[in-house]
Amino acid sequence: MNSEQLKGKLSELLPSVAYEEGGQWLNVNVDHKDWLYFANSLRNNAELNFDYLFCLTCVDWKTHLTMVYHLESTQYRHPIVVKSKLDRTLPQIESVSHIWKTAEFHEREVYELFGVNFLNHPDLRLLILPDGWEGKNPLRKDFEDPVNMIKL
Amino acid sequence: MDVKPDIPNDPFPGEVHPTASGGILVTAIDDVINWARSNSLWPLVFGTSCCAIEMMSTASAKYDWARFGFEVARATPRQADVIIIAGTIVNKMAPVLKRLYDQMADPKYVIAMGACATSGGPFFYNTYSVVKGADHVIPVDVYIAGCPPRPEALLHALITLQRKIKMGLTREQMPPTPTGE
Repeated sequence: MNSEQLKGKLSELLPSVAYEEGGQWLNVNVDHKDWLYFANSLRNNAELNFDYLFCLTCVDWKTHLTMVYHLESTQYRHPIVVKSKLDRTLPQIESVSHIWKTAEFHEREVYELFGVNFLNHPDLRLLILPDGWEGKNPLRKDFEDPVNMIKL
Repeated sequence: MDVKPDIPNDPFPGEVHPTASGGILVTAIDDVINWARSNSLWPLVFGTSCCAIEMMSTASAKYDWARFGFEVARATPRQADVIIIAGTIVNKMAPVLKRLYDQMADPKYVIAMGACATSGGPFFYNTYSVVKGADHVIPVDVYIAGCPPRPEALLHALITLQRKIKMGLTREQMPPTPTGE
């Protein structure tokens, strides 16, 4: 499917989705409350069949956080980018690790670096950071570390 | 490091006095040991980021550091003489680097390759995870500038290390200072 066809199909599945123009791929904004339903639809709809989550990350915009999911279908070869705004003070979103298994460790990484709480994640703990880092999220823009960091 | 201009580049430190049945060699045993050691430096297979790609290039056919005596890269620190810190050292890697260094047999030498190993480089400011120079963890004999340095720069550093060993100026060869090391 090309981007226009995808847009039609996605709006059919979830009328509240918004599209962002200008990107290389189709950019879709969804509310974080709709994400679990939307993710299931993307994966299980026979015409979409997004079976490959090739990137899961997060962006700190200082005012809010944005979760970014890059998906592709290995059958149809159509890619899509799904974005979801999160509250910076209490960021939480449904885990998709049971839909795409690879999300399990990607979500752990976002959890430790940005402090996003993934609901219903099977094993949400630190991935790379050493023990005792809970509560400090080094990729947040306001992160301070007086011991290790030299400020420019 | 200043390389003294009068450092001999001749292949063997000593004089041969010919006699009727052959010759007599006059030399100092320390010089012979240093000469032997400097021409057979085995590097440890150790690379943490893009500098390691340049190091691999230096080892392979086009640059071929075997020409200068860095014959075989060893995969175990117990058989290596020189560790080339090729890449960024993060706080989590620092104890591993220290342990590798401790496991190397004396005499052992260290080359800090590139900006990261020298000072933290591009990760000096605003990072929580990078060691600001590998010499915070283990002592370094030769530093190389560059990000990453070209293979020629690494060869130059290795040859500089050889000269340093021949001159008896590495950390291990210097007499201990009153305060310890």
